[in-house]
Amino acid sequence: MLAMNYRGPRRIRVDHKPYPEILHPGDAIVRVIRTCICGSDLHLYHGMVPDTRVGTTFGHEFIGIVEEIGSSVQNLKKGDQVLVPFNIACGKCAFCKQELYGNCHESNPEATAVGGIFGYSHTAGGYDGGQAEYVRVPYADIGPTVIPDDMDPDDAVLLTDVVPTGYQAAEMGGIKPGDTVVVFGAGPIGIMAAKCAWLFGAGRVIIIDHLEYRLEFARHYAQCEAYNFRSLEDPVLFLKRETGWLGADVCIDAVGADAAGSALHTITGKKLMLQAGSAIALHWAINSVKKGGILSIVGVYGPTGNLVPIGNVVNKGLTVRANQASVKRLLPRLIKHVQDGYIDPKGLITHRIPLEEIADAYHIFSSKLDNCIKTVLIPPSARN
Amino acid sequence: MENNLSNNYSHIKGWGIDADPENEPTYPMKHYTGDDHRRLDWERPPQQLENIEVLHSSERPTVSAVFGAPHPPSGLSGAIRRQAFKYSESSFGHWLPLLLADRINVVEGFVDDLRRGHIPNIFIESGWKAAWKHNRKGVITRMVVGTVLAVGIVAAILAKKRDK
Repeated sequence: MLAMNYRGPRRIRVDHKPYPEILHPGDAIVRVIRTCICGSDLHLYHGMVPDTRVGTTFGHEFIGIVEEIGSSVQNLKKGDQVLVPFNIACGKCAFCKQELYGNCHESNPEATAVGGIFGYSHTAGGYDGGQAEYVRVPYADIGPTVIPDDMDPDDAVLLTDVVPTGYQAAEMGGIKPGDTVVVFGAGPIGIMAAKCAWLFGAGRVIIIDHLEYRLEFARHYAQCEAYNFRSLEDPVLFLKRETGWLGADVCIDAVGADAAGSALHTITGKKLMLQAGSAIALHWAINSVKKGGILSIVGVYGPTGNLVPIGNVVNKGLTVRANQASVKRLLPRLIKHVQDGYIDPKGLITHRIPLEEIADAYHIFSSKLDNCIKTVLIPPSARN
Repeated sequence: MENNLSNNYSHIKGWGIDADPENEPTYPMKHYTGDDHRRLDWERPPQQLENIEVLHSSERPTVSAVFGAPHPPSGLSGAIRRQAFKYSESSFGHWLPLLLADRINVVEGFVDDLRRGHIPNIFIESGWKAAWKHNRKGVITRMVVGTVLAVGIVAAILAKKRDK
């Protein structure tokens, strides 16, 4: 089968790899029909996530058709069209029982701080991902959800990560009606978080980025205010001024380790890797939220550590809420939101590219070329 | 469970009098059930057969019930990874060697490609086709800067040799 093959930082290709096997009675094999490149895949692509082994196939956003099931699988059958949450969850451990499906303790031997994630290095369990024709899906009775007949596959594939993560970012913000919400990062997750902030009753939604085309997209898609931090002398000062000098009620970090905007963070975090990527967006978020405000973090950082003004978190009495999205918990509500027209996931898609051209697709997304917001990869078997 | 707990702490006057189940800041992310107080005492899923080498965090007693299997540690990078896993996730001794192993693994991957008769096309793998299509000016600038730097370095080396 064809599958993406990681060869090193900024070097990938499509190769023929062996068809995946059932390795556990709860496994399924899924034939992929849509898969996306996520902003967090770029952290892998840039070589920033420890234990990313050569030969790995990335991809944690995918949908497909069940081809084979393990002996204990009850809820799926061959031929079902399923969307597969990015987190791998057993459904039995203490964390899954409390709906923390992003924190499963039975899906990742290599690290205890994160549950298993498809195609996200051995630090997240060492699973091959969905940027391939076929993929092994563990705990097939727990995560995969049959796609409703009336749902567009392009909507469904974005329900595997982008929509739940953006929604949970807003949810974790504890937004009260009338709150001012600032979202750092106008990538797909940030734009979705801004869109979802309205669903929780935000009174004002502001998004901050440095790419003009993304800001323009966010203005239309999420109907929010959008500002370019490159044209602001100091984004924190600007936001204080814009919020009556107290700061935003809620700040959301939807950027993570690849943030631009600070030479110090870029050099120490992205070039020298002395910290787990650049944390300047988080730095700004901490300093832009009001005293007693809420900071919601969905941006992905590496496991080592980052330079952030933690003293200000203490002195301002901030509530910090962060997690990988619990996709399974959110899916019933979000599927309904899509069906009711409150959220239009496929509206984020700007590029549809054959899986065979994956190296170009990554380069376009990574270098922010051709006004790229969200890329969907389509394997050859899904095009025929 | 709360009754059981209060029995356990009956010797402590006032235990739990201000406990407020409504004050659960992790809700709705977490539907608190107290299951995590039982620690590892859950009914585990069947164990995936461990027929390859799987490194596991020193912060857990065993491997998880399922795990990814396609890329076991091997070669020099694998030896470094094995050492790294002797340290906890809280230690730089764990993460920095893993990053080093990743870089060594890139060289191993390159050599492995050559051994299998495949010469990696770094331009294609780096997505230069897309760069040429969408950012031609950037590509040309990088090529010119690279060429100037290379010529400068060669000229400097030659000049140094002549001086000797």
